[in-house]
Amino acid sequence: MKGAGPSAGSRTFFSKLREGDEIARLVTMIFAATVVVIVAALVWELWTNSALPRQKFGFHFFVTEVWDPIADQYGALPFVYGTLVTSIVALLIAVPLGIGAAIFLAELAPPRVSDTLQFFIDLLAAVPSVIYGLLGVFIIVPVMRTVIFPALNTPFGFLPIFKGPSYGVGFFTAGIVLAIMVIPYIISVSREVLLSVPRDQREAALALGSTRWESTWKVVVPFARTGIMGSIFLALARALGETMAVTMVIGNTPKVAASLFAPGYSIAAVIANEFTEATGDLYLQSLIELGLVLFLLTFILNGLARILIIVTTQKGSGVAG
Amino acid sequence: MNAKLRWRKFVSNFMLAMTGVCAFVSVLVLFFILGYLVFNGGASINWDFFTKLPKPVGETGGGMSNAIIGSGKILLLASIFGVPIGFLGGVYLAEFSGKGMASVVRYAADLLNGVPSIVIGIFAYGVVVLPLKHFSAYAGAFALGMMMIPITLRSTEEFLKNVPRMLREGAMALGASKWKTIATVIVPAAYRGIVTAILLALARVAGETAPLLFTAFGNRFASTSFSQPTATLPVMIYTYAVSPYEDWHRQAWAAGLVLLGLILIINILARTILSRGIAVPRS
Amino acid sequence: MKRLAVLAIGVLVLCGIVFADNPLLINGAGATFPYPIYSKWFDTYHTKFPNVQFNYQSVGSGAGIKQVTEGTVDFGATDGPMNDDQLKAYQDKHGFGILHFPTVLGAAVPTYNIAGVSGSLNFTAEAMAGIFLGKITKWNDPAIAGPNKGVNLPATDIVVVHRSDGSGTTYIWTDYLSKVSDEWKSKVGKGTSVNWPVGLGGKGNEGVTGLVKQTPNAIGYVELIYAAQNNIPYGAVKNAAGAFVKADLASVTAAAASAAKEMPDDFRVSITNAAGKNAYPISSFTWLLIPSKFSDAGKRDAIKGFLKWMIADGQGSVEALSYAKLPKEVAEKEKKAIDKVM
Repeated sequence: MKGAGPSAGSRTFFSKLREGDEIARLVTMIFAATVVVIVAALVWELWTNSALPRQKFGFHFFVTEVWDPIADQYGALPFVYGTLVTSIVALLIAVPLGIGAAIFLAELAPPRVSDTLQFFIDLLAAVPSVIYGLLGVFIIVPVMRTVIFPALNTPFGFLPIFKGPSYGVGFFTAGIVLAIMVIPYIISVSREVLLSVPRDQREAALALGSTRWESTWKVVVPFARTGIMGSIFLALARALGETMAVTMVIGNTPKVAASLFAPGYSIAAVIANEFTEATGDLYLQSLIELGLVLFLLTFILNGLARILIIVTTQKGSGVAG
Repeated sequence: MNAKLRWRKFVSNFMLAMTGVCAFVSVLVLFFILGYLVFNGGASINWDFFTKLPKPVGETGGGMSNAIIGSGKILLLASIFGVPIGFLGGVYLAEFSGKGMASVVRYAADLLNGVPSIVIGIFAYGVVVLPLKHFSAYAGAFALGMMMIPITLRSTEEFLKNVPRMLREGAMALGASKWKTIATVIVPAAYRGIVTAILLALARVAGETAPLLFTAFGNRFASTSFSQPTATLPVMIYTYAVSPYEDWHRQAWAAGLVLLGLILIINILARTILSRGIAVPRS
Repeated sequence: MKRLAVLAIGVLVLCGIVFADNPLLINGAGATFPYPIYSKWFDTYHTKFPNVQFNYQSVGSGAGIKQVTEGTVDFGATDGPMNDDQLKAYQDKHGFGILHFPTVLGAAVPTYNIAGVSGSLNFTAEAMAGIFLGKITKWNDPAIAGPNKGVNLPATDIVVVHRSDGSGTTYIWTDYLSKVSDEWKSKVGKGTSVNWPVGLGGKGNEGVTGLVKQTPNAIGYVELIYAAQNNIPYGAVKNAAGAFVKADLASVTAAAASAAKEMPDDFRVSITNAAGKNAYPISSFTWLLIPSKFSDAGKRDAIKGFLKWMIADGQGSVEALSYAKLPKEVAEKEKKAIDKVM
């Protein structure tokens, strides 16, 4: 073995090379750099291949409802609308359920029960999108049509969001499927964040005479509030990018509609359906611009989520005991 | 005073019970999904399913052997593409890099992790399918491999960093050069964690459908070549599920069961291997 | 050591797989309209000639045209013939042209799912246009009820189902609607992908059939065989001569009768709203899109061989799947045109 010794400035490049360390460093550096190159290439491809619609439509792209391949007129509004509506519906369902479950797992359940349940929740996160789509098509769509729609439309049908008719597919159905898909993310991140809240916070509240629930809801959860927000952003980012489950239950109609029961479209779904058949550069590049929009949205949300989660867990570990 | 306290206690117990309900409902969904798949797909899993090719439209019978083989091929190739990049990149981050480069690479990996899979499909179409003028298993593997990189990279870095300093310093003290230390001491120590991370990455991409739609496309036959369009399980499930044929629905359930079963088994395996060692870093 | 051995064996097996002697694989993609007969044909052909595999992906005519123009598939298929711009785009990109070869005659039928209605409804051209324009919204609208005396039509909302992907079946349907309704022609027009005024989108003929089957009060347009194979009722349409005609072998063949005699050399022709009292008004040829030049001689010969077989023996199996055979004159003309593929 070549004598290594403590690293000294006198070792030349070539002696390090002979020892293989420099080679190892270079080789691994190249592979690490490849990751950066791939990401840069992806962004570049998305940007350059969406030049036509950006020049032709500019910001109008985002407020135009028309999607007409014959007239070569493209507007992103129905897809952005559908993506946002379904994600919001998903969050409205998933956030209360998810935070509730996280509170149970972090505060109430004995550690073994908590870990076992978390194990199952992690498995739920591993279920692929297309299987959720399967269940959506064969279970949730009929239930929507036969149970949920009558239940909401009969008493509240005068509200624009609950107006009929219902086809089974639509924004609401897609929202429900997305909710099931993002709950595991909210639960696991919120649970982590809640667990990182220092014990003395809870104990102080209990010592002052609060009930278990009050100490949780009024002290622990607010302490972890930013991290929980982070988990919601994470879930939102996941919901925005979902493709298969959404396209199987949303109705594939590029229209903006007030009713939750109306069929709609999402960015990911329209790309999946129309990408391989988009003849004409403007058509194809409009789809790619939609992809770019989706990428930017998830990029921003994921970035925010990370910051929020890191801030919270650091706050928790930083507070003196 | 007593009444108020009783009310608060009631509210406390009620709300805490509700959180329990939330937790159990969430977990129940998993078992419901599994149960439904078993119920609908279990009966359709027979020897034919695994060995026969699909029949012409409208005829009953046939199987998904081409999709099963296709998925296997693409996952294998995706691992060959994605794992070395992720692993060696992780080694670089943990062992060699300076602060600046490290944060850039980490940032890029996190970015890649968050890219919606359909956008990865667009990228793979432009980079592999168009130049080669072919839908192919290569293109599908490229897309899936890209998705495996971030998980592999971050996990490798974490596990390598967690290896106790004593092991490192001991090897150095014996005169080993850095790369030898890494190869013979550090990596083997972190071996279990890294393998499970790779398994989890594999399980994640095994179910992906969107990026395969315009890369691997689809194939009626089982091809042994990698440069031809390839059928895959997730895409078959999608195609069959939206069709009107009862027989195809049956097969979609069966395929769903096989796919989910495989993914769950890999996940359970990975997590139990890990729980005997170090904790899983949550991504 | 053991791990290394396993790895080495794995690599060897991989090499064996990659470099194994493969049958010739020819990739095509396109229309879902003729998918049942194409999948049957390619299956039969493969049994006859095991060295050749035709892999046909049913992704819609729009995708078929696009992918064959990009060169990512060896041939395409469409029920809406390529227009002049698309032909020119192909020519500009490749330096040679692309040829249309008609394969079968089929029909796009209006299929529906109405509780209590299991028979065939009669649709006038106005009713059809009105429904798909979104102007006729209830099943018991007089325009629909008029020609269907004796049928109990409910007062429910009509759920229109159309294609979400680029489709030749859409082309046929909108081509017909443009001929019979000026409002449709000016508002929507004809094409493989149009701006639908109303309705849900289903992917492929398969998706539309599936949606209609599962959605009460739905109406969609699909190729005849999809409605027949799935036992969903479909209606009769009033043709140019004023008779309500249901799609079947005879009525589809009648629609092609006059076009057959005057078939242009490039085989692109529309037979919707054809004259003749027995003609079904929403009939159409469907075409294979074959490049006129192949650099791979093996592929070229295999494709030419298939085309010859398709015109002769292949036509024998089409009627079992409710497609009509090519008229004799068209088949003759096509046989000669195969030589144009070089």
